[in-house]
Amino acid sequence: MLKTRVIPTLTLRGGRLVKTRRFGPARDVGDPLKAPMVYDAQLADELVYLDLDASRDGRSIERVEAAVARIAGECFLPLTAGGGVRSAGDVRRLLLAGADKVAINSAAVERPGLIGEAAQRFGTQCIVVAIDVRGDAPGPWRVWTHGGTRDPGLDAVEWARTAVAHGAGEILLTSIDRDGTMTGYDLALIRAVAGAVNVPVIASGGAGKPQDLVDALRVGGAAAVAAASLFHFTDQSPIKTKAYLRRAGIAVR
Amino acid sequence: MIAIVDYGMGNLRSVLNAFEAIHAPARLTTSVADLRDAHAIVVPGVGAFGDGMRNLTALGVIETLAEEVLVRRKPYLGICLGMQFLAREGREHGVTGGLGWLGGVVRRLEPRDAACKVPHMGWNDVAIVRECELLRDVDERPVFYFLHGYQLDPDGDRAVEAAVVATATHGERVTAVVQRDNVFGVQFHPEKSQEAGLQVLRNFVKLA
Repeated sequence: MLKTRVIPTLTLRGGRLVKTRRFGPARDVGDPLKAPMVYDAQLADELVYLDLDASRDGRSIERVEAAVARIAGECFLPLTAGGGVRSAGDVRRLLLAGADKVAINSAAVERPGLIGEAAQRFGTQCIVVAIDVRGDAPGPWRVWTHGGTRDPGLDAVEWARTAVAHGAGEILLTSIDRDGTMTGYDLALIRAVAGAVNVPVIASGGAGKPQDLVDALRVGGAAAVAAASLFHFTDQSPIKTKAYLRRAGIAVR
Repeated sequence: MIAIVDYGMGNLRSVLNAFEAIHAPARLTTSVADLRDAHAIVVPGVGAFGDGMRNLTALGVIETLAEEVLVRRKPYLGICLGMQFLAREGREHGVTGGLGWLGGVVRRLEPRDAACKVPHMGWNDVAIVRECELLRDVDERPVFYFLHGYQLDPDGDRAVEAAVVATATHGERVTAVVQRDNVFGVQFHPEKSQEAGLQVLRNFVKLA
């Protein structure tokens, strides 16, 4: 039986490892290489590593590529990398650097055909479409791209459906409004998207305590849960959080 | 030296990193000479079956691989796509012939339970069907990282069925480990399965 994945999210801004609040103000959270090693040792099931402002600044994938290459030399766990991915060639570079999955966000919105191109070349299983969303229950939820700075005029649920139809193997669903607030995930959003697609949805944005993860899984129907502040700023570690999930009857590793 | 065949698909660097972590000399290569020198051959892979087979064919290494593995009996480890290549054919984005060293077909996962999503992505426990050197000193019910939308299905072929060493469950039976003689295949990613995965690679290195 598949174990529920608990995924620390690590984000780069200006080359530093930071944690943002609502995609705005950021706090430094440690060393870009040591933090992943710590989460690996604490039995994280996967890591998500994103360069937050690559697309906004019109930069390419160099920073995240370099970081992934270093992490993959030390940590033998699955890595999802993203930020500034604009072509199938970028996907290939990140996979070669040691990523197992590549997250595409802004470029997928601008050119949905990129999802299919990449899926056909590398398999749907390694193409994650990251969707950043503003709005609150009961919706509608709007997609925002370029690190939450541009509104392409898309409904989040509709876009998730389209992305999957193009070949996305997984959706990384982040609520910008909850990001860094530690007030809990947007459960209605998760439920709306998870109910609309037949690929795994990773819930992201808002986790502040282990019960929030249980709710995202049980109430929201997420397949996996991502968290950043929870692990950076509280006494929770992946191992501790997973023990909580296990006590709540959720199958974890 | 362990030759890791670099056919331009996916996470080769991670596989090399993992062998380095267990202090096993390994090399990413496309050269026929390296395949001949190697003590063992690894074909990793992330990607689509058709593209993968086309890349292998374009490299011109298939004949050498067959000679080194099937005739000279070097240990072969196929990881994910590298395991699926052992099939007769793949049915991902159209039908493509495989290496056919084992048989069976590679088909899309068809979980009966709607709660089981495709791709099959994440850590799953594995039931060991029969003893195999590759799974020595791992837990009785080890947990490995899977990342795939297709699987090697024996497709009623008894000889392929007999090669199944371990299975996972994801709304249906998933072929997790196969072995026939010196040919090994794992659907999961040992290079991404933390300690349990490194143990599988150590076991493989011992065969070389």
